[in-house]
Amino acid sequence: MKINSFFYSIQQGVKNIWRNKLFSLASIATMAACIFLFGLFYMIVTNFQDMVQNAEEGVAITVFFQPEIGESEIIAFEDEITRRPEVAECVYVSADQAWEEFKSEYFEGHEELAEGFEADNPLANSAHYEVYLSDVSMQNALVTFLESQEIVREVHQSEAAAKTLSDLNTLIKYISIGIIAILFAVAVFLISNTVNVGISVRKEEIAVMKLIGATDFFVRAPFIVEGILIGLIGSAIPLVILFYLYRRIVAYIGERFHFISSMLQFLPVQEVFRILLPAGLIMGVGVGLIGSAITVRRHLKV
Amino acid sequence: MIKLEHVSKSYKSGVIPALNDVSITIKEGEFVFLVGDSGSGKSTLIKLLLKELEPSSGTITVNGQQLHKIRRRKIPKYRRNIGVVFQDFRLLKDRNVYENVAFAQRVVGTPGRRIKRAVPKMLSLVGLAAKYKSKPKQLSGGEQQRVAIARALVNQPKILLADEPTGNLDNKNAWEIMRLLSEINKRGTTVLVVTHNMEIVKAMDKRVITIRKGIVTEDED
Ligand SMILES: Nc1ncnc2c1ncn2[C@@H]1O[C@H](COP(=O)(O)OP(=O)(O)O)[C@@H](O)[C@H]1O
Ligand SMILES: [Mg+2]
Repeated sequence: MKINSFFYSIQQGVKNIWRNKLFSLASIATMAACIFLFGLFYMIVTNFQDMVQNAEEGVAITVFFQPEIGESEIIAFEDEITRRPEVAECVYVSADQAWEEFKSEYFEGHEELAEGFEADNPLANSAHYEVYLSDVSMQNALVTFLESQEIVREVHQSEAAAKTLSDLNTLIKYISIGIIAILFAVAVFLISNTVNVGISVRKEEIAVMKLIGATDFFVRAPFIVEGILIGLIGSAIPLVILFYLYRRIVAYIGERFHFISSMLQFLPVQEVFRILLPAGLIMGVGVGLIGSAITVRRHLKV
Repeated sequence: MIKLEHVSKSYKSGVIPALNDVSITIKEGEFVFLVGDSGSGKSTLIKLLLKELEPSSGTITVNGQQLHKIRRRKIPKYRRNIGVVFQDFRLLKDRNVYENVAFAQRVVGTPGRRIKRAVPKMLSLVGLAAKYKSKPKQLSGGEQQRVAIARALVNQPKILLADEPTGNLDNKNAWEIMRLLSEINKRGTTVLVVTHNMEIVKAMDKRVITIRKGIVTEDED
């Protein structure tokens, strides 16, 4: 395509939007709503994921062994555990360490009360592993595996708080994907309609262009430009709004709810936008392109 | 230059063919009138020459090119060798005279510098240099048709097709347009004019092809 034609197409694309203000505005607004919701869900999901991950780091399964099992056998079993992909870390706590921990926790300041037990560790059978998971959704599988082992007496799992958290996150993900898919379908439909109106308004002009010898591409380009511009404007606006909104909300929650702020660790805005910005723009332009390309293919046969 | 050999065209809905075994040869630099009653197939012939329609049978050759051999993607390039003018002018109402003529050059990707030189030249040829800023609405029918002619010629086509160019004009304006077309022909463009106006046809003493119900009935110089 010649450079003159390129600029002409862009100029005509802008004119299309301008001439067809009402439809263009509706398309841009729908596009903006899509990208806004997408951004919102993305922010919630990534932050949630981050919090789940933080929570997961503190979740452990505790594995106790049969009384007749010796320490050497227990230590040999560590490999069996760490070999599993969902295991992040496996910490051995001997009977003596367990007793020390217990003592410091329950006899704090009155350690002399516990002295009577020194000779005969009351927790003699409590040598155990604390197993930390990299993926909480695999917790059940790991517990089943451990319980099936002969040397294992008992497996304690933390009550499924983290699991619930990650289930909830998955649910949010699916709901948001559903809503966004519907909204994008609406956006494609609206952009397609807008471009279609533009085409029918310019029917005469298009007919003349074809008779003069305009190429398919030259006739179509302004409408493609129109779609892309609608997508671009419709995604840039909500992204800017989300950027400021996110910062405000994070600051607000940090201020008002500082007592739980250690639990609610939000990701910094740059971190969120490193992915959200390009993803949002690509989506906007992509939807605009698809919407206009479909219409132009259907209605602009030369 | 233009050669139709046994060309027929039937529309799907038509009972009798719009064109029936038409053979015509027009040489380079000729000026030809095509006359006939309404519905006799004149516009159909123009559309075939522009490759807007395909003939049902027969072959058409223009500038040595057989039209049925031109690929879809090459149609725009082919059309750039043909200027075309219609009864209803088909100007772009939202643009002024200058832009309407320049439009034809933008469509084919002419650089801005050349557009600025070619358009005023073309407008003075059709006698509208002073009205380059007017919108089509502000012009008389004759003036609008002259803008359309300027647009058809600005890309310097070898052939000019005019489908009833004076159909919407009064006698005085019709004469002016015909004289302009004759002048353009004298400068080397092959011109084919479809018209109803037998008074002008007789007075101008050019080759006349008469067509009736899709059949060429007379062809005389
Ligand atoms: N698109 C079309 N579909 C069906 N019939 C058509 C179409 N265009 C023209 N015709 C018919 O073909 C015949 C010739 O039409 P046309 O070429 O327009 O004649 P003219 O220009 O001489 O008045 C007429 O009978 C007309 O009704
Ligand atoms: Mg006609």
